[in-house]
This record gives sequence, C-alpha cells and structure tokens, in this order.
Amino acid sequence: MSLPNRTLSYSLAINEAFHQLMERDESVMLIGQGVKSPWYVGNTAQGLLARFGERRVIDTPVSENAMTGAAVGAALAGMRPIVEHPRMDFMLYAIDPIVNEAANWFYMNGGKLPVPAVIWGVINRGGEQGAQHSQALHALFAHIPGLKVVMPATPTDAKGLMIAAVQDDNPVVFIDDRWLYGEEEVVPEEFYSIPLGKGIVRRQGSDVTIVAVSYMVREALKAAEELAQQGIQAEVVDPRTVKPLDFDLIHQSLQKTGRLVVADGGWKTCGVAAEIAALAAEKAFTCLKAPVQRVTLPDLPAPASRTLEAAYYPASADIVNAVNRLVQPCHEELALLHRVSYAAQ
Amino acid sequence: MTYSRKLLQDLYATMLRIRMSEEGFVEPILNREIRCPVHLCSGEEAIAAGVCSVLEKDDYIFGNHRSHGHYLAKGGGLKEMVAEVFCRETGCSRGRGGSMHLIDPSCGMLGSAPIVGGTISLALGAAMAAWVRGTRQVAVSFFGDGATGEGTLAESLNFAALKKLPIVFVCENNLYSTHLCIDEIRVSRNIYKMALPFGEKGHRIDGNDVLKVYEHAKQAVELCRNGEGPVFLECLTYRQRGHVGPDDNVQGTHTDIRPAAEVKRWLKKDPIKRLEKYLLQQGGFTAEELQKVQAAISREVSEAFDFARQSPFPAKEDLSSYVFA
Ligand SMILES: Cc1ncc(C[n+]2csc(CCOP(=O)(O)OP(=O)(O)O)c2C)c(N)n1
Ligand SMILES: [Mg+2]
Repeated sequence: MSLPNRTLSYSLAINEAFHQLMERDESVMLIGQGVKSPWYVGNTAQGLLARFGERRVIDTPVSENAMTGAAVGAALAGMRPIVEHPRMDFMLYAIDPIVNEAANWFYMNGGKLPVPAVIWGVINRGGEQGAQHSQALHALFAHIPGLKVVMPATPTDAKGLMIAAVQDDNPVVFIDDRWLYGEEEVVPEEFYSIPLGKGIVRRQGSDVTIVAVSYMVREALKAAEELAQQGIQAEVVDPRTVKPLDFDLIHQSLQKTGRLVVADGGWKTCGVAAEIAALAAEKAFTCLKAPVQRVTLPDLPAPASRTLEAAYYPASADIVNAVNRLVQPCHEELALLHRVSYAAQ
Repeated sequence: MTYSRKLLQDLYATMLRIRMSEEGFVEPILNREIRCPVHLCSGEEAIAAGVCSVLEKDDYIFGNHRSHGHYLAKGGGLKEMVAEVFCRETGCSRGRGGSMHLIDPSCGMLGSAPIVGGTISLALGAAMAAWVRGTRQVAVSFFGDGATGEGTLAESLNFAALKKLPIVFVCENNLYSTHLCIDEIRVSRNIYKMALPFGEKGHRIDGNDVLKVYEHAKQAVELCRNGEGPVFLECLTYRQRGHVGPDDNVQGTHTDIRPAAEVKRWLKKDPIKRLEKYLLQQGGFTAEELQKVQAAISREVSEAFDFARQSPFPAKEDLSSYVFA
C-alpha cells in the first residue's frame, strides 16, 4: 500500500526499480562487480541477491570485457540484463561489446535481433581519486549511433528511467553520479517509467535557459536561486536523456528566453554541451540574442590534489558567472562589438 | 644457501621502510589529512623487496593500485612518495596522481595505476623495448590475484611467451580482490598454472618468505636476461589491512569479509618478523644491530612525513600544467 510522501534516496530509488523489475519479469538480471558487496555500489543492489538468487544477481570477477559481452549475448538470447560498472572508468575495457557489438547488432543484421541490455556505469569522482577514477564519459557513448544514453538527476527519475531503460528493446547506457546518491525526495512507490528522450523543465524563467545534465541540474537550480536574487529569471531544463535528446523542449525554452547556458559535468571539447550548443545554432539561431555559454569540465584529466579538484569541477558559481556574461555583457565586450560593427561598415 | 650480510640488511631495511611508511599513513588517513584512496601493502613487503633486490637500476617495473612497496623497493624516493600520498606539489607525481600513481623514471619505476590489469601490457611493452634494442634489461609487472580475471593478462602472457620477452609476471596472490575471496572469482587457487599452457615457466612461492622470493626472482631475471623468459611468479601473501585504507575488512564489521581467525593466522606469518628471526638465528645479526636499522629507518620515515606535511599543495593556477592536448 502506497505511503503518502514516502521519500527515498537516489540510490535506493535505483534499488527499488531493480526489485520491481525483477519481481515482474524473470528475464531481468543484474551482473557486475560488487552487487553482493556491503560497500561497492552503495546500497543500489541491497536485498537483490537474497531475494532473486545468484543466477539472476551475479557478482563477477574483474572481467569487464567478458561480463559486458555476456550481458549483450544474454540479451540476444532473450534476457534483459543490466550489467553494472561501479565506475565508468572500468567500462573502457568493455568498449568492444558496447560499441562494436551491442550498438550495431540490430542495424547490421537488418533489424533481425535487438539487444535489450542496460549498461550501467557510475560516475564516481572527487576525493582526490585522480584521473583513472573520476571520468564522466557519457559524451563518448552519446557519440555512438545505436546507444541511448540516460542520465537521471533526481531519485524519481533514477527509478523511472532505470525501468524504462530495462524495458527498452535496445541497448541503453544508464549513467548515474555518486554525488547524487544521497539526494532524497518523494518517490512514487508504484511501478512507473519515464519515457526515454523526454526532458523536463525543472524551474520556469524568462531571461535565460540553463540546460543542465545529471549532477549539474542541482548546481543549475542553486545558480537559478542566486540569479533570482539578482533579478534574473533562469529557466532550468533537464534533458534526462542525452541521447535521444529532447531538443524540442530546449527550443521552446529558447523561444522564451533567447539565451542559453549549457552545464555539463563532462569535458568541453566534443562534449554534450558542445552538441547542445550546435543544435541551438542549427535549429534555434533566430531565437538567440547572445552567444551560447558552456559550463563544463576544462579539457584536462582529473587531478588528485584537493586544491586542483576545487578548481577543476564546475559548480553553481560558474553557472552564475556564465549567465552574467550573457545577460550583462561587460563594457569591453560592448566596445568590441562597436569596433566590429564599425569595421563592417 | 648463504646470503651476504649486505643483502640481508638491505632486504630488512627495505621491508621496514615499506612497513613503517604504510603504518605511518594510518593516522593521517583517519584524520583526513590524507584523502586520496590509499591501498596499504602491510604484510606483503617481502615480494616487492625480494623481487626488486635482484633488479638493476635500469630494469623496469610497473605497479597497480597497491604499489607503495614496489616503488620504494625499486628505489623510488621516500619523501616524494609520502608527499604524493599527501597530494603535495613535491610528490613524485606532483600531487596530480595521489597514492595510486607513483612513478620514478630515474630508477626504472615507470608508473603504477589502479585500472586492474591496466599496466600488465605496459610492462610487456617495456620488455619488448628491451628486446627490440637488444639490451639485457628486464621488466617486471606487479599485479594481484584480481587481475587474473582481465583478458589482457592472457593476451600479455601469450605474446611474452611467443617472443620470449624479458618479463617477469609477479602475481601477488593475497586471496582477495576487493570484497571477493579468491574462491569466488576462480576455480583454482593455483594462479601460476595459468602461465604454463602458454609455454611459460611458472612457480608458486611463499610470498611472505623474502629469501624464497629473492631466490626465485634471481633465477627468473637471469633466465630473462639470457633470452629464456618470460617467467611467471605467483607469490602467496596476505594483506594485513583491508582493501582500501586502514579498515581491516574483518567479518562482523560494516566491511564484512575476512574471518577474524584467518587474519590472525596470517599475522603470525608476518614477513618482517620472519626475516628478523632468520637474521638473529642464522644470519649472524644481533638484536642491537637490528634495532639500529629500525631506528635509522624510523627517522627516515618521520622525516619524509615532516617533508610531506610542510610541502605546499599544487597551486590552482597550475591546474593545466602538463596538459598538452
Ligand atoms: C578495470 C578495473 N575494474 C575494477 C576495479 C576496482 N578494483 C580496484 S582494486 C580491485 C581488486 C584488485 O584485487 P587484486 O588485483 O587481487 O589486488 P589487491 O587489491 O588484492 O592487492 C578492483 C576490482 C578497477 N580498479 N579497475
Ligand atoms: Mg588480491
């Protein structure tokens, strides 16, 4: 019986999705490192092994390539596996089964056999963990035709998008961020899904659109609060899936605001923010009153030292600054604009 | 077999240097002075010390996430290592890497990295470089029992055997890979046997007996230098601490894994205590002589910690130093 206002953390929302999926569908299984560990994947896998047994909940040797391939193969053979990687960095060993095999299988075989597998990778960064234990590689996967890429920002979305990902007949890369695991909110108890490819407006505003992905949604909402105090009304759009991307929703917002800041926790060059900026230039050029701003990681590996980490990871202040650059062009920029327009005459 | 006094004293000093720095990290980890993930190798010192004692300065080694011992045994600077674990500018990776990224190219330590199995093929490549150039250098790859799950190990074993590359694969089998006991990740506990079908020589040795490690490593390295490599050495050992940080991963705690009795049994096989016993009973050392070594190392270690603590963190203005693309 549904409790009104039952709250759940982000990680437990994922856990609830697994419980509900596995009790409804015997073809759903979870395979990956740490699913039986008391600490490895937070509490996302709690209770599953005891409830569904060690054939459907498999803790594995350190063999990312073969375990991911096995999930893809099991999907071809009629299962709906979720293969879990406690860090995205480790998933790079599994690029072949994900990119060459899973993404292409349906197309290159003329639509004969789909791959209903979920490849779940966790972004796990900060804490001076350094370059190989911090990477946010969603853009890499979004680049590949044949992969859907999901990045929930809230507990409710984490549950609903995991359910949608598992129910989808095609390979879905589900990417969550450990920094979100402690987020709590009221999460519906019933079994529900959130459609892949549909974004959501998290906050209404008329002056600027902030498109934010995954963890950056939280930072964008903080930034919007602060901007409101300065009299700037920011609209925050969370695409929820970066591929397929709900550009229509972004476009609608741009028609209202005419200004775009994209906040993404990945790298800048060829990243998700670059893609969104390109779409804005391509499809929404006439609505834009100012150049698009990107708030991303700088193009460099994650440093270990805390002092460098503090400078490396973008936060709400960077979003506020980016918005201010758009809304109040500084004098130098205005001067430059004048010079350019004189030169053009 | 008799061993020179110098060798025995060096092995002892190296093992003590590793142990004392490892245990020195415990407090600063607990009080969060140190924040990067630290995988302590207390209890496993004999492998690093024994293997590296037979290497020349220009031989190569690569390590994994638990490589403080490898780095120190190969001759990496102690101060620079401690400073790196504290993520300071004076660290061996200038505070950019932390505990899991130790390097000292000046002594052949070409790096350590925490992607399980990730450096095995790099060591293969260093051996290949020596082979191409026709030098007598040898490369050593240090990895754990957990890395036997990665396909790259099989690929590397095959290519090394095919080309008779001068590489020693040193598997530190401490019976656990994060939260999983070895019986949960493979059918056979005998890891060395996986090298045999590739046409490699393989041995299992008591990794807590530094003299056994020394002897086997010596032979293995000689074979490699004579073009009769590669060699696979499985060194059986145990980590006295848990997977990461000082937590012991003992059953009943929140990182519930290892039976308390098992931990206790292995503490009795402490490699340093074993060497001390040998030194006193058969090596011709007196208790005073050992105490002198201990005092000297202890001083060296505490100076390294002072150095690290007094060193600055990297400046945020230098965030993009060493970035070339
Ligand atoms: C590719 C990859 N997968 C998973 C991990 C997570 N991980 C870190 S250490 C480790 C196990 C290592 O066990 P072992 O190789 O036996 O070394 P030990 O920690 O026992 O020294 C794992 C799975 C990782 N770092 N890299
Ligand atoms: Mg191990």
